[in-house]
Amino acid sequence: MTHAVQFSQVSRLFGEVKAVDRVSIDIEDGEFFSMLGPSGSGKTTCLRLIAGFEQPSAGSIRIHGQEAAGLPPYQRDVNTVFQDYALFPHMNVQDNVAYGLKVKGVGKAERIKRADEALSMVALEGYGARKPVQLSGGQRQRVALARALVNRPRVLLLDEPLGALDLKLREQMQSELKKLQRQLGITFIFVTHDQTEALSMSDRVAVFNRGRIEQVDTPRNLYMKPATTFVAEFVGTSNVVRGELAHALSGNPDAFSIRPEHIRFAEGVGASHEVQVSGVLHDIQYQGSATRYEVKLDNGQTLTVSQANDQWLDTGARYQPGQRLTACWAREAMIVLRDAPAEAH
Amino acid sequence: MGQTFNASAPTQRQSPRRRFSNLLYRRPNLYVSLLLIPPLLWFGAIYLGSLLGLLWQGFYTFDDFSMTVTPDLTLANFGALFNPANFDVIRRTLTMALAVSIASAIVAFPIAYYMARYTTGKTKAFFYIAVMMPMWASYIVKAYAWTLLLAKGGVAQWFVQHLGWGPMLQWLLSVPGIGGSTLSTSHLGRFMVFVYIWLPFMILPIQASLERLPPSLLHASADLGATPRQTFMQVILPLSVPGIAAGSIFTFSLTLGDFIVPQLIGPPGYFIGSMVYAQQGAIGNMPMAAAFTLVPIVLIAVYLAIVKRLGAFDAL
Repeated sequence: MTHAVQFSQVSRLFGEVKAVDRVSIDIEDGEFFSMLGPSGSGKTTCLRLIAGFEQPSAGSIRIHGQEAAGLPPYQRDVNTVFQDYALFPHMNVQDNVAYGLKVKGVGKAERIKRADEALSMVALEGYGARKPVQLSGGQRQRVALARALVNRPRVLLLDEPLGALDLKLREQMQSELKKLQRQLGITFIFVTHDQTEALSMSDRVAVFNRGRIEQVDTPRNLYMKPATTFVAEFVGTSNVVRGELAHALSGNPDAFSIRPEHIRFAEGVGASHEVQVSGVLHDIQYQGSATRYEVKLDNGQTLTVSQANDQWLDTGARYQPGQRLTACWAREAMIVLRDAPAEAH
Repeated sequence: MGQTFNASAPTQRQSPRRRFSNLLYRRPNLYVSLLLIPPLLWFGAIYLGSLLGLLWQGFYTFDDFSMTVTPDLTLANFGALFNPANFDVIRRTLTMALAVSIASAIVAFPIAYYMARYTTGKTKAFFYIAVMMPMWASYIVKAYAWTLLLAKGGVAQWFVQHLGWGPMLQWLLSVPGIGGSTLSTSHLGRFMVFVYIWLPFMILPIQASLERLPPSLLHASADLGATPRQTFMQVILPLSVPGIAAGSIFTFSLTLGDFIVPQLIGPPGYFIGSMVYAQQGAIGNMPMAAAFTLVPIVLIAVYLAIVKRLGAFDAL
């Protein structure tokens, strides 16, 4: 089986800056693959390298087994959904969608038929005659998607396509994109800085930091078994405990991470297999479905604890700021962290 | 407790200036009218008023014998525009204006494209200055300079001879309609000077329209499979049409109204501008000059209608 996209030791330099630094990834055919990272971490540059808008400074990029370095974008079997949608303002929706077919010389009747099919796939039947300026952000997003999919690419690249949408619409588009990807069976490569988005949609996620990949894994493993401090802190919320306290609690000299929702307050629970640490509660944030507690430990470090607001056990009202508490967690919930490679040098 | 906010109380302590500002703030219509009345008066009375007054004189009668103007209304002056001699002037000017606009667009586009796409910071500033610097020099001086550059034995001819293109120039100058005895007395020479003089007016609007073109559109086009040539024809060119149209309105109308270049360069024969100049100056036939003034106005109106019809302003 060939990989949809294969990076081996790919670097992209902008002057002195290593935007992408010796990255190797294998993206399987038909998978929903996300590239997650803060801005400037190299994820978008990687996407542009696949699309062909950038050429690698070193290394090789294969798309379905074929070496892509040096190929211009118009000779690659990939299509992109742009962050700003990049719809052609002088063309109506139908002409926008049919553009890829037109430049490849597909006949007029055929391309209109396929453009209308693509528009109905994104639930925009009957919008063909409108100009992009007459559409809402969500509709433009769908046109951009239809315009890419009409070419039946084997790999679809999505560059933070949901970033400009409001929360409700974004959640709706997330599930629609996922459904569409399963239905079409093509590879989706999705760039985002939103970790919830990446976790909820992807088969696998690559976490980028400073031009390098920290970890490539399933969303579950990324969350439960972060390989590095960066991943633990970037994906979800983590309490990263370092130094002496880490050594005392886990026996590991470096650091460990513990998720806020894995911590309980010890009140008569105190089973022997649990790790215990005491401190003073100094802030309570009510967040609706959960309540978040900030506990100042005796060594000065702050521990974040999150507890679900279960209506049968209304825990929220029981604690007061200033109160002394013992926090505890299961030994298995601690994730021992090796130092992040990017921080090692 | 118990303090009610009294809107009128502080007004008594305010200076007249403050009270005036508050009045303007509360009455936006008054503010806008104060802003607009002076320029509207200028535009209405001095600009449009004098133009309409001039056109009105086109209906007056000019007595050929006494060389005097009498306010007896007639359509004879406008009818005289269609005399073969006068119509020839209009046709010659219109042809030149169209040729100059097309050539300017062709020459300006690559420069504008380079400025918009490939220059940043200092190089962009350099290009702006380079494009606009000729406009800082006196227009008449430039026109005179060109008569010398293009004259027999001038720099242009010297260059052409040294490049070995002498026969080609001789052939061009022998073509009826564009030729003449030397470059400086040919239609071709006049055309070259017009293109030179109006080029900045074409470069800058095209550059502005290309500047507004988001690079992601060009990426999207390539991504969808378009070759660079297709991207140019389908995306770049259509989106720069408003800039080309704006530039061509300048080059077209400036050529239609010009009276200096046709006098200094090219073969004898009037242009609309030099005709107006001669009629009102040397001859004193103000009514005929006024009638000629109507011609560029009508031509530009027709030109704008055609350009609009072609959809040049749709992307604005």
